[in-house]
Amino acid sequence: MNDGVWRKFNKMTKSGRLLFPLVCLFLVLIMNLIVTPDFFSVKIMDIGGEPHLYGRVIDILNRASELIILATAMTIVVSCSAGTDISVGAVMAFSGAVSVWFLGYGVLGVNGKFSVFEYQIPYAVGIMTALAIGSLCGVFNGFLVSRLKIQPMVATLILYTGGRGAAQLFAGGQIDRVEVLSYKWLGNFIPGIPVPTSIFLAAAVVAITAVVLRYTALGIFIQSVGINNKASRIMGLRSSRIVLLAYTFCGLCAAIAGLIATSRIGAIDANNCGRNIELDAILAVALGGNSLSGGKFSLGGSVIGAITIQSLTTSLLAMNVTADQLPVYKAIAVIIIVALQSAELKPLINRNLARLTGKAVVK
Amino acid sequence: MTESANKFLFAIKSGWNSVKAKFYGNNFLLLITVVLFIIMYTIEMFVFKSINYDKLQHFLDMLNSNAGLIVIASGMTMVLIIGGIDISVGSQVAMYCMMLAVMMERQNINFYVAITIVFITGIVFGFVQGWLISYLKLQPFIVTLAGMFFARGMTAVITADTISIRNADFAAIANKKLIIPFGSYINKKGMTLEPFIHPNVVLAIAGLIVIYILLSRTRFGRNVYAIGGGEQSSMLMGLNVRLTKLIVYTLNGLLVAFGAFLFCLNSSAGNVEQARGFEMNAVAAAVIGGTPLTGGVGNVIGSFAGVMIQETINSFVRAMSMSSWWAMIFIAALLALFIILQSVFAAMRKKARKG
Repeated sequence: MNDGVWRKFNKMTKSGRLLFPLVCLFLVLIMNLIVTPDFFSVKIMDIGGEPHLYGRVIDILNRASELIILATAMTIVVSCSAGTDISVGAVMAFSGAVSVWFLGYGVLGVNGKFSVFEYQIPYAVGIMTALAIGSLCGVFNGFLVSRLKIQPMVATLILYTGGRGAAQLFAGGQIDRVEVLSYKWLGNFIPGIPVPTSIFLAAAVVAITAVVLRYTALGIFIQSVGINNKASRIMGLRSSRIVLLAYTFCGLCAAIAGLIATSRIGAIDANNCGRNIELDAILAVALGGNSLSGGKFSLGGSVIGAITIQSLTTSLLAMNVTADQLPVYKAIAVIIIVALQSAELKPLINRNLARLTGKAVVK
Repeated sequence: MTESANKFLFAIKSGWNSVKAKFYGNNFLLLITVVLFIIMYTIEMFVFKSINYDKLQHFLDMLNSNAGLIVIASGMTMVLIIGGIDISVGSQVAMYCMMLAVMMERQNINFYVAITIVFITGIVFGFVQGWLISYLKLQPFIVTLAGMFFARGMTAVITADTISIRNADFAAIANKKLIIPFGSYINKKGMTLEPFIHPNVVLAIAGLIVIYILLSRTRFGRNVYAIGGGEQSSMLMGLNVRLTKLIVYTLNGLLVAFGAFLFCLNSSAGNVEQARGFEMNAVAAAVIGGTPLTGGVGNVIGSFAGVMIQETINSFVRAMSMSSWWAMIFIAALLALFIILQSVFAAMRKKARKG
């Protein structure tokens, strides 16, 4: 078993699929190790009588969990529809806002108070509403893309703006706090468990997705739809249903990420929840060696990509780059990665090199 | 006898089909937009008579505050016609406004030099994006998404402060009022108010007309439509697809810089959060005005109508003193409606052609 996994890993790295993301992660980690020598140290700290794992690596994994979940979903969306879902950040905010609105129903916004001290409906129902809202947003996107044949990025542009507006509406234009202890479990620690809950959640989402795609035909179907939509349909696959499913899954994952993000700060901040995360998710997919024009995909690559980006973000923040300025570096990274992936780059360079050397010879 | 009847029926049927094909065309969408605008504006005139929405000045104010958007929406229309998209325009506007503010207020650079630098930056920005899209064949959305984050981040790198512009040359243009000779009215205090526009409206309309002529009356414009309609066939026809695309994106960069200047004349400040979601407004204006996102069709007059519809919604939301995110939701809903309508019409047109 172990041997098989190792062989497969070797094969994958040698064929170059996973080599690129691993090299990127390695570079970022080395850079971090040089800047902060105790980068890899993990300690158990006692915070309020509870053992908590503490360290840079744990912190990065914890913060990267939303990104890992979104990157997983985004990989599937990119693979089957050759486009990206840019509404994930807005859907995060929207589903988080709706769940907080339900949890504080009747209390929130009354007498100008924007804090919830007691759940008005059971917590589980609140979570369920968030997941349902996320899935509904996904169905909306999927319907536009699969049935009405609208370009994915344009279709999701509607929710990209409208979603945040709707989130503001439910949040009443304020930052709504939820002052109940159990609300903070998802994004922080469950009492008695030293590992942050969000890491478990991210691992669960990735594992379930990987198992489903590996042990059912769905993974093959998604790739085949992504490679050639028409041919797959003629072959007997319901292409549009598979695309719809992928977008619904993406909405669901965005809702999970939204729950983690709101739980982490114990409040819904409709303006900033999941802001700019869509670029990070797309970047993670691209970094993972996946082509943004659809077809074959590697979930492992996307997860590594997500962790790389979060390490980069954390280390840039540690180097006194403000959050406002971060997008500059990320945008440059995106362009370099997609330019390297471009099939046109090599011929272009070769042609120009030939022209240059040709001229040199003539002279 | 029956044969001629059949022929007659066939003629009627094919004639009806071609009428149907025209009816479902994008001119019909433009017609819907214009009619919708007139209906909405008339309703607004009657409902908000008490706050002078029925006066000419209200209409002119809509122009005054949207001069930048008009230019940027027409640039966006051009990019959409060639089958691309540029979602970096909002961030670019913020960056250029910030550049203008910093150059004029902090470094005391002459107004005209500052404007020239901004225009050159716009051309370079557009050129780089266009080169990546046309020569490396990267997806326009990805490239301009990166451009959007780059420009917004750069704005924060320049400075995170809010700077208001007090430069004398700049203020002279920004505050100049061009009086319209008719439509004046006397307000409650007995003062005669004459309707006015700012110079930026004149500049915006001039830009709009230039782009309209460029697209509809020149060889370059025909090429743009042809490439948007079918890239492969245009290439086989001998058009230089890549160069035309590059020129379109570069020109769009210049237009964004020009629009940013007009926007800045209205806002007179540089701020990181400025013009957030502007790209959405520009795309929405073009789409509402009958330019489909699939390329090959569209015109800038429709986009102008799209801008005015959005501003009508905005002024409605303002007059009802609702929160500004309602405007966001309304515009997103309207955009969704028009995108769906276009897709339905495209399907019907296909059917009508076949039938």
